[in-house]
Amino acid sequence: MSIFVSKDTRLLIQGITGRDGSFHARQMLAYGTTVVAGVTPGKGGQTFEGTVPVFDTVADAVRETRANASVIYVPAPFAASAIFEAADARLPLVVCITEGVPVLDMTKVIPFVREQGTRLIGPNCPGLISPGQSKVGIIPGNICQPGAIGVVSRSGTLTYEIIHQLSTQGYGQSTCVGIGGDPLIGTNFIDCLAAFEADPETRAVVLIGEIGGSDEQQAAEFVKAKMQKPVVGFIAGQTAPPGRRMGHAGAIISGAGGTAADKMQALERAGIAVMKRPVDVVPLLRERRVQSPSRGNRC
Amino acid sequence: MNLHEFQAREILRRHGIPVPDGEVVTTPTAARAAAERLGGAVVVKAQVHAGGRGKAGGVKLAANPVEAEAVAGRILGMQIKGLTVHKVLVAPAAEIASESYVGIIVDRVSQRPVLMVSAAGGIDIEEVATRTPEKIHRLAIDPRYGLLAHQALGLGFALYRDVAPARAAAAIMQKLYAAAYDAGASLAEINPLITTPDGKVVALDAKIAVDDNELERRPEIAALRDTTAEAPSEVQAREAGLTFIKLEGTVGCCVNGAGLAMATMDLVKYYGGDPANFLDIGGSSNPQKVVSALQIISADTSVRAILFNIFGGITRCDDVANGIVQATGQFSLTIPIVIRLTGTNEQEAVRILTNAGFSALTDMDEAVKQAVAAVKGAAA
Repeated sequence: MSIFVSKDTRLLIQGITGRDGSFHARQMLAYGTTVVAGVTPGKGGQTFEGTVPVFDTVADAVRETRANASVIYVPAPFAASAIFEAADARLPLVVCITEGVPVLDMTKVIPFVREQGTRLIGPNCPGLISPGQSKVGIIPGNICQPGAIGVVSRSGTLTYEIIHQLSTQGYGQSTCVGIGGDPLIGTNFIDCLAAFEADPETRAVVLIGEIGGSDEQQAAEFVKAKMQKPVVGFIAGQTAPPGRRMGHAGAIISGAGGTAADKMQALERAGIAVMKRPVDVVPLLRERRVQSPSRGNRC
Repeated sequence: MNLHEFQAREILRRHGIPVPDGEVVTTPTAARAAAERLGGAVVVKAQVHAGGRGKAGGVKLAANPVEAEAVAGRILGMQIKGLTVHKVLVAPAAEIASESYVGIIVDRVSQRPVLMVSAAGGIDIEEVATRTPEKIHRLAIDPRYGLLAHQALGLGFALYRDVAPARAAAAIMQKLYAAAYDAGASLAEINPLITTPDGKVVALDAKIAVDDNELERRPEIAALRDTTAEAPSEVQAREAGLTFIKLEGTVGCCVNGAGLAMATMDLVKYYGGDPANFLDIGGSSNPQKVVSALQIISADTSVRAILFNIFGGITRCDDVANGIVQATGQFSLTIPIVIRLTGTNEQEAVRILTNAGFSALTDMDEAVKQAVAAVKGAAA
């Protein structure tokens, strides 16, 4: 099992013929993701790599292929429009990889996707992967192993670092979700924590946060009140100066509560084991008596 | 991107918000001429991207043009929070009956633009927010309908008891909301919004921060960027497509990805070192970006060792390796360099680096320890 994506995911790729979209479409196909359609306006009727039909609109693609998820690689000025289109076609899952989507665009996108019943992941995120089943986005498949650890993170390469620590020490993952580093995102920590708590295959969760906002504090309260499964946390940005944006649009210490120290305290108060270094992840899981899964558990 | 006060005032004025006259000048004599044209007493205000200008001595009253020249002479060239003042705004000294605060930000929790107003405006608004948060009224706006007239008027009455100024403030709030979306602002505020003794409501000072992601589609806003008001190394990095923030330490860091860059800095600190910078080379890094990154880091004379931490995904390790080799061919590095790379095309990268006489590590923890040790070795 897994959360959000699985063997049953029938993926549509918006921007499949673009530079990034085509590169990652090939990676996802090679991983074994069921890619059923691509969308690029004006290129309807073509096929991608001889196997994936390309459509002019998301509505056409959904009607013809029964796609049930979309991943978006279109450039930032068109990304909000692509999310609107996917949600308008009532796709249950939309993953927006695109970086640089204006926040004011997202103030209009988010109420729309909620009303349509679409789960949006991102924008400005690496996407998600259920190892051995489906990869939707850009997380490198070769660093992941099927298993029982759920991973949820606001960052990209830092997530890879932690997945790498897990996989090389025998801790496979049920699903790894990169929720994105922007201030306004479709799916937050709590959504993922709730899904991992309900997923029978997930035994423990690794939560990777960073400075800015108060999402980690809210996640901590949720863990304390609603979760039975052990959670291990990491917060990046202890050395970040206040008032400066550290790369991610959301990673800025502004006002009280946004510092790494505040967030680490909030996690610890909720009973979450907090890593001081990325290499601490497996020792902390062992401390919480989370065993690496038996060999028979591989997908 | 932060706008200067005079730029923010101009945007508000174009949206029909009452803003006093004013002129931006760069020399004391021009300040005197501006004061003569404006007539009467003026206020001379430093135009820098730093809060607390008034408390730092960057805002001064002048009773006449001669005084304006003298005051401008003291403010121009002064340092406020490490930034040099190159421009001053000369504006008529306003008579103030009351000061309030009006601001719009995009709120992460409600995921909406939020209008905040307070009758206790002025330079101590941050203190009001921490000590007496109940004095700040907040309203989350549904962007599909915008700020509705009755909502704005309700907040107008939170500022003023009388209907005339309440209506005037409500109109200003609606115009400020329109201006925020129009400029692509992540923050737009008027502080103070004043009433004059004859009952007019006027925006005396304005601050707008534009979402960097809006600049591509708003060339007229992007053109407002004042590179003289920013640290030169950060301007150079932005032009090279890098995100760079200078810090006070001695370990220069070059990392792909913002989260990993922060985690690397934290680990440097954990092992007893101090990071000299935040530097994210971004996703698809061509070798040239790496060359620029090394130029920027090695130009900082406090850097004693350079640490590369690359987790290849979209970023190819061989691109980074090629960049390091190219850079060290173009200019000689006199300080130790510790390179960690793993992921996409790692083996190719190790071959390139080994042939050029570098060694490469695959473990982040080990690399950070070595970089910190290199700095301590250099100091000993």
